[in-house]
Amino acid sequence: MHDMSAHAAVHHGPPTSFIRKYVFSLDHKVIGKQYYHLALAAVIIGMVLSWLMRIHLGWTNAAIPGLHLLSRTGAPGDVMTPEYYLQLMTMHATFMVFFVLTTAPFAAFGNFFLPLHTGAEDMPFPHFNMMSFWTTFVAFCVMVSSFFVSDGPTLGGWTMYAPLSAVGSVAGPGQGAGVVIWATSIAIFCVGQLFGALNFIPNVLDLRCKGLSMWRLPMSTWAWFITSCMGLTAFSVLMPACILLILDHVAGTSFFVASNLVLNDQLQPHSGGSTLLWQHLFWFFGHPEVYIAIVPGMGIVSQVLVTNMRRPLLSHRVIIYSMGSLAILSYMVYGHHMFVSGMNPAASLYFSFPTLAITIPSTIIVLIWMGSLYGSKLRINSASLFALGFISLFITGGVSGFFLAQPPIQILLHATYFVVAHFHFTMAIAAIFGIFSGTYFWFPKMWGRMMNETLGKIHFWLTFIGVYCIFMPFHYLGLAGNVRRYQAFVVDYMQPLVGVHKFITVAALFTGAVQLIFLYNFFYSKYRGEPAPDNPWEATTLEWSTSSPPPWDNFGGRQMVVYHDPYQLGVEGAHGDYVMQDSPEQIKGAHDEP
Amino acid sequence: MATTVHEPPKIGEGGLPALGHSGNGGLRNLGPLDGQLRAVRDHAPAPSKTGIWVFLAAIAMTFAAFTSALVVRQGSALDWRHLVLPQILYFNTLILLASSVTLELARRKVAVFMGGIRNANDTPTGWLYGTLFLGLTFVAGQYVAWLQLRSEGLYMATNPNSSFFYLLTAIHALHVLGGLGGLLYVMGKLNRLVLRRSTLDSFSYYWHFMGILWVYLLLLLWMRL
Amino acid sequence: MAKVFAVTLVLITIASAIPIVMNTWHPVPDVSAHGQAIDDQMSETMWEAGISFLASQIILAWFIWRFSGNRPGEKTKIFPGGAKGLVIAAIVLVGIEVFALGIFGVKAWGQLYFTPPGPNAMPVQVQAGQFAFYFRYPGPDGTFGPIHPDMISEANQNFYGLDQDHDADSKDDVVTAEMAIPVNREIRLLMHSKDLSHSFYVPALRIHQDFVPGLDLQIHFTATKVGKYEIVCSQLCGLGHYNMKAYLEVMSQADFDDWLKKQAAFQ
Repeated sequence: MHDMSAHAAVHHGPPTSFIRKYVFSLDHKVIGKQYYHLALAAVIIGMVLSWLMRIHLGWTNAAIPGLHLLSRTGAPGDVMTPEYYLQLMTMHATFMVFFVLTTAPFAAFGNFFLPLHTGAEDMPFPHFNMMSFWTTFVAFCVMVSSFFVSDGPTLGGWTMYAPLSAVGSVAGPGQGAGVVIWATSIAIFCVGQLFGALNFIPNVLDLRCKGLSMWRLPMSTWAWFITSCMGLTAFSVLMPACILLILDHVAGTSFFVASNLVLNDQLQPHSGGSTLLWQHLFWFFGHPEVYIAIVPGMGIVSQVLVTNMRRPLLSHRVIIYSMGSLAILSYMVYGHHMFVSGMNPAASLYFSFPTLAITIPSTIIVLIWMGSLYGSKLRINSASLFALGFISLFITGGVSGFFLAQPPIQILLHATYFVVAHFHFTMAIAAIFGIFSGTYFWFPKMWGRMMNETLGKIHFWLTFIGVYCIFMPFHYLGLAGNVRRYQAFVVDYMQPLVGVHKFITVAALFTGAVQLIFLYNFFYSKYRGEPAPDNPWEATTLEWSTSSPPPWDNFGGRQMVVYHDPYQLGVEGAHGDYVMQDSPEQIKGAHDEP
Repeated sequence: MATTVHEPPKIGEGGLPALGHSGNGGLRNLGPLDGQLRAVRDHAPAPSKTGIWVFLAAIAMTFAAFTSALVVRQGSALDWRHLVLPQILYFNTLILLASSVTLELARRKVAVFMGGIRNANDTPTGWLYGTLFLGLTFVAGQYVAWLQLRSEGLYMATNPNSSFFYLLTAIHALHVLGGLGGLLYVMGKLNRLVLRRSTLDSFSYYWHFMGILWVYLLLLLWMRL
Repeated sequence: MAKVFAVTLVLITIASAIPIVMNTWHPVPDVSAHGQAIDDQMSETMWEAGISFLASQIILAWFIWRFSGNRPGEKTKIFPGGAKGLVIAAIVLVGIEVFALGIFGVKAWGQLYFTPPGPNAMPVQVQAGQFAFYFRYPGPDGTFGPIHPDMISEANQNFYGLDQDHDADSKDDVVTAEMAIPVNREIRLLMHSKDLSHSFYVPALRIHQDFVPGLDLQIHFTATKVGKYEIVCSQLCGLGHYNMKAYLEVMSQADFDDWLKKQAAFQ
C-alpha cells in the first residue's frame, strides 16, 4: 500500500513560471523576501506619516505642500486639521506595529532563515505559508484603502479604545467606515499570522535535520519559535476582539458601548456594553505584541553579535530561558497599560509586580550580551554596529520601564510622552535596529550580493545619533507632563515645551532622510553589489553552509547533518577560528554546552 | 514500507546528541528530489500532527477570548435577559457527537485498508460520507435554531444574550463548515489513494475538537444565557 | 571605529543625563496632600534608573573600546563568574531593586486609592464629554439631582441633563465650566462620563484617572496651596482632544463660598 502512505509534500522540481516563482511562490525564501518588501513599503508609509506628524507638532499651522492631494478635507490648503493629525497618527502606529515590527523581524527573516537553520527543505505547509503572506498583503491593502474612504482612516489611535471606536461616525471623522476597515484589516492580519505560526512551530519541532537537537538551534530560530508561540495565542485573542468591534458597528450590538451615552446631544441607542472589555482584550494581545516585536530582534542581535565577537555567548541557554520567561510573563503584565483606566486599583498593584519582574529576564539578556563582549574579539561592521546599537537602545528603553511599571508613578506619567519614549526605544527603534542588523548580516545570503559597508556605517552613525536626538527628549517632555496624542499644545504648562518639539521635528526629518542612504544601498546592492561568498562573515550556522543565495531546495539535495552547537567560534585548532555546525570534524575545546 | 531513499551518512557516535533530543531529519527525508513519490520511513512526527495542535490552540484561544468577553459583558450589564435555548440544540449535539463516532469508524476502516486488506465491498468512504452528512445536518440544525430565535423576535442586536448566542454558534458553525471542507479534501485524497494516515488523524482531531467545543459552548450558553 | 562608537555612546549618555541632573524639565510642583509620596517614589526611581542607565551604557562603551578588533596574542577570556554570576547579579541587584520600588510604591498608591474619603469630604461631580469638563456642586441640600441623559443638550446649556422643574434635588445644583475648590479641604470627586472615555489629569494635584462610560468612579484628594491649575484630558477622545481642558482654582474657604454663590446666581 505504498501509494496510500506516501508523502505528497514533495516538490516536483523548481517552479518555472514567473507567477509560481515570484508571486504565488511556495518557496519560503521567496515568501520571506515578499514579507521583507511588504515591511519596506509599510515602513516608508509609516515614516512619511511620522514626518507629517512631526512637522505639524513643531509648526502647527505650517502648510505641507501637496498634502491636500492625500485628503482634501483632512488638509484644506495643505494645512493639517486636528482630526487629520490623529488619523495619520493612528495609521503611523498601525503600519509600524503590525506591518513592520511584526512582519519584518519575524515573518520576513523568520520565513527565510528558519528552514535554513533547521536544515529543512522548506516549511512544512508551503501552501499555508503562501497564504500567510497573501493574507497579510490583503490586510495591508485593506488598511491602505482607509486613506481613500470619504472621511479618511480612523482617528482612534492604534489601541482603538472603545467606546470612541465603537459608537460610529458620530464620534468623529473616520470613526464609522474607518474603524470597520481598520478592524477588518487587523482581523485578516491575525489570520495571516496564524498561518505563519502554523508553519514555524511544526518546522522547529518536526523538521530539524539529523543531529540538530532543540538546544543546537541558533538563537534567532529560538527567538522565532518563541515568538510564533506568542503570536499564536496573542493574535487569536485580537481577532475575536476585532470581530466584536465590527459587530458593534454593523450589527447594532453593544459589546463595548455603555448605556446612556450622549454624543452631539443625541442619546446613543446602545446599551449596557463594557468599556473596559475592549481594553482587556486588546492589551491581552497588546503586551505580548511588544515582545513579538522585540524578541526576534534579540535573537537576530545574538546571532550577529556572536558571529562578530568570535566566541559563543556566555550561555546560550540562559538567553533562551530568559526569552521564554519574557514570553510567559508578557501575558501576566498587560494590566500595566490600564493602571489609571478605571480598573480595580488593587488589580493595578497585582499587575505591577510581574511587570517589575519582567525587568529580570530582560536584564539577564543584556548582561549576558555584555558579559560575552568581555574578552571577545569584536569585529566592527554595519551589522555588529547595529546590534550594539540595539543593546544601547534596549537599555535606555528598559530603564524607563522602571518608572512605568509602578502605578503611583503612572499617575504622573501615564499617557505622556514618557510612555511614547519608552515604547519607541524598546519595541520600535530597538526592534528596527534589530531589523537593520539582520539586513546587513543576512543580505548576502538573501540576495547573493554584499551591501556597501561604508554606506552601511554612515547609515548607522547618523541613525544612531538621530534616534537618540528624537526619542531622548520625549522623556523630558513626559516628565514635564506633556500629554501624548495632542496635535497642538494649548494647555498653559505645555506651551514652553514647543521648542523641544521643534528640535525633535528637525531631528526626525534628518534621521528620516538618512534612511534614504539605506534604501539606496539596499536597492543598489541587490542588483549591482559585489557577489557574495557563501560565508562572508565566517559564521557557523547552517544557512552559511549553502550557496548565496541558496538553491530552491536550500541545500542542493544534500542531507544536512549537524554535529555541533550553533556557535563554535574562537575554537583553537580549527581551520580559521570556527567550526561550522555541519562540519564533522572533532575539535578539542569545542564549546558544546552539556 | 520501503526504506529511506537517501542513505544517511555514517556518523561517529560522539557527533550526535542522545536520541530524544535529536532532530530526526524531517521533510528532507520525505521528499525525494527526483519527484517520484515513494514511501519513506521517517522517525520525525508528521508536521500535520503538530500543525493541527497549533491550529486547535488558536481556536481554543479565540473561544477563550469570546468566553471572557461574555463573562465581562455579563458582569457589566443591567440588560442581561434570560434566554431559553431552542430545543433543537440538544438534537444537534447528538448529531455532532454521532458524526465523531462515524469518523472514528471510518478511521478504523482506513487503518485496515492501509494494512493491505482491500475489499471492494468494504471501503471506508461510506463512513466518511456518513460523517459529512451528519456534519451538514448539524449546521442545518443550527440554522433552524437561529430561525426559531428569530421567530421569537430575538435578533443579533436585541440584547447581549442573543448577540452572544448568534455570535458563538455562528463562529462555531463556520469552523464546522471549514471542517467539512477538510473532510472533502480527505475524501478526495482517499479516492485518489494518496491519503496519508497523519492527514486523516489530524482531521479527526479537528473534528473531535469541534464536538468538544460545541459541548463546551452549549454548557456555557445554558449556564450563562 | 569601535573606539569612536564607545566615545559617541558615552557622549550621548552624558548629554541625555544632563537635563535630568539639571532638572530642566520637571513635573508641575505638587500642591496635593498625597503628592509627596508620589514625588518621593519618583525621585527614588529616578536615582535607580539613572544609575542603571549610566552604569550599563558606560560599561557597554568600555567593553566595546577594550575588546574590539582581532588582537593577536590575546586569548578569548571568559567574564569572571560566567553566566551564572551574571544571572545571580541580575536577580539579586535588579530584582531586589525593582521589588523594593514596587513595595514602597504600594504606600503611595494606597493612600490615594485604598483609603476611604473622610466623612466631611466635599462632594463635587465632574462630567467629561467631547471636548469639555463640566463640574457640579450639590448646593445647600448636599445631594445631586438625577441625570436624565435624554435631556442633555449643549444647545440649551443643560450639560448634565438636569430636570430642575421636576427633581427637587436638582433645583439647587450648581453647574460650572471651571472647577473651584477650597484649600485644605478634602474633595470627593465623582467622575461621570457623558459620552466616551476621557481622563482627569491634574499634574499639580498628582491626580490621573480615566472616566469610564457606564461606570461612575470616585476619587478623593486635598489641595494644599491656593492657585490656578490645569485639568487636561489624557485619554484620546476625538478631534478636539488636545483642546479639552479646564482650570482648577484652589481658593480659601471664604473665597470659595463667594464664588459658589456667584455661580449659583447664574443658574
